[in-house]
Amino acid sequence: MLSLLQIAFLVAAFLTIVSAIMVVTTPSMVHAALWLILTLAGVAVLFLLLNAGFLAVVQIAVYIDAIAIMIIIVVMLTKGATRQRIRQVNKTWWGGAIAALILFAGLIALFTQTPALAVNAPALAMSQEALLEDLGMALVDVNRYIIPFEVASVLLLAALIGSIMVARPLVRGKDEEVEA
Amino acid sequence: MIDVLKDPIAWIGDLLRTWLIGLGLLPEFVTFLLQLLSAVIIATAVLLLTFLLIWAERKIVARFQDRVGPNRVGPFGVFQTVADLLKLVTKELITPTGADLVPYNLAPLITVMSVVGLWAVMPLAPTVLPADINVGVLYIISIGAIGMLGILLAGMSSNNKYALLGAFRTVALMVSYAVPMVLALLVPVLLSGSMGMQAIVEGQRPIPFFVLAPIAALIFFISSLAEVGRAPFDLLEADSEIVAGYNIEYSGLKFGMFFVAEFLHAFTISALTATLFLGGWSGPWVDLYPVLGMLYFIIKSSIVYFVVIWIRGSFPRIRIDQMNALNWKFITPVALFGLVFTAVAEKLAVELGLSRLLTHVGANALLIILTLLALGIYARSARTKFESGTKAG
Repeated sequence: MLSLLQIAFLVAAFLTIVSAIMVVTTPSMVHAALWLILTLAGVAVLFLLLNAGFLAVVQIAVYIDAIAIMIIIVVMLTKGATRQRIRQVNKTWWGGAIAALILFAGLIALFTQTPALAVNAPALAMSQEALLEDLGMALVDVNRYIIPFEVASVLLLAALIGSIMVARPLVRGKDEEVEA
Repeated sequence: MIDVLKDPIAWIGDLLRTWLIGLGLLPEFVTFLLQLLSAVIIATAVLLLTFLLIWAERKIVARFQDRVGPNRVGPFGVFQTVADLLKLVTKELITPTGADLVPYNLAPLITVMSVVGLWAVMPLAPTVLPADINVGVLYIISIGAIGMLGILLAGMSSNNKYALLGAFRTVALMVSYAVPMVLALLVPVLLSGSMGMQAIVEGQRPIPFFVLAPIAALIFFISSLAEVGRAPFDLLEADSEIVAGYNIEYSGLKFGMFFVAEFLHAFTISALTATLFLGGWSGPWVDLYPVLGMLYFIIKSSIVYFVVIWIRGSFPRIRIDQMNALNWKFITPVALFGLVFTAVAEKLAVELGLSRLLTHVGANALLIILTLLALGIYARSARTKFESGTKAG
């Protein structure tokens, strides 16, 4: 008899995998973005099942609320993308299928050689609050992850400046109708 | 033996649990069933509350406009909303040709879901809290932004260029105002030391946070109003603006869902402001009778909701470029500085042993003075630019 945790995991994992398959096979780009949102939500549920509540909420906040919405907006701004139905396979689809099957067989062979993983979520080293605090301290600790943290901020700043430069109107003075 | 008055929900839960286990179900399944039941109760109660909210809004706005409001259906027109809902239910659900069916039907669901989901972390009383997660504030931000997704899908799938324009504007507005909202939300987190809603309310037992951080409370309130799309930020769906914006192609109950979501969202942000800045369920004698906490929560949320309606009845609509300028040039810098000042003041109060109240009041006063100075300089430069005849900014 499966425990409730196992049932919840199987449902969430099944949902995630099915959505992921639908992302790559659906002919409409908008529908693919929606299936992607479902996949990301499934991953958030998997985080919850591993007792990582903070990461689940951050997953929703970053992936679904920012990245997925950005993908949808990009799809909307692309001309004719909402109407386009793309054919999902080309002439050499059998080569791709053989390569995927070989890769799948190899991965299964590797996985069956690992020792059996525990059925329940493993116990965390510290309590959840202590872990969160540790995460926060690790991001600003000089000996640990402050440099990647700051570099990520600089990267985001570069992306922000780049997007403003791209979105700026033409040089003022040449074109009087362009609003500053 | 759990005292009914002290912990009513746990008492009911205990009764149900013993009965269900007595029927022969597994304990974990019973836990799952009870949690499902509590989710259903919260969602239903909140959606039924919307009847009262819409009625209250219509009556109060009517009084502001020197008229009476609905007064025929039931005493003081209380059942007017029921009549409206019955009318909406019986209307035909017209789907425009060329509309993408999956996003079109999903959008109202997602919008309502995001608003109802916010009530899962609202602390109603010291012991009545649907879900006690320790990242409640982050949950509010993320679930609130899913509503943006619903609106985007609605505008995009309607096969209507006005709906699309309305959806773009809405998303731009909501994304812009989410920035100061999050920054202002961080201030109660700083002041109470935890992201959990119950911990934030507990941290307000001595002094509510709007005394310690009035600027943050104001910024949160204003940016929440913009997030919801209420007046004066309601150009997204005003009839004279973009012809009802993203919900132009929705009729019948689907439109009803957008309608309900908007009014409920307005009350939800009032409840959030009351919880985060006014003290939620705290008040006199709330330790003896936790049920009193619910009463205080309702009173405080209703006061803030009245202010929301008051603002709606008083201010003219703001244009989209004014909204953007207000956000990025004024509210976001003030919110950033407010966050930094609060952090510094909190550390100073702890390190130097000063009174916490005075340090924070002083920091906020300094922020107000600096803001007024900056506004004065900007006003003077704009005035000279205008008077010297060049293109006004």
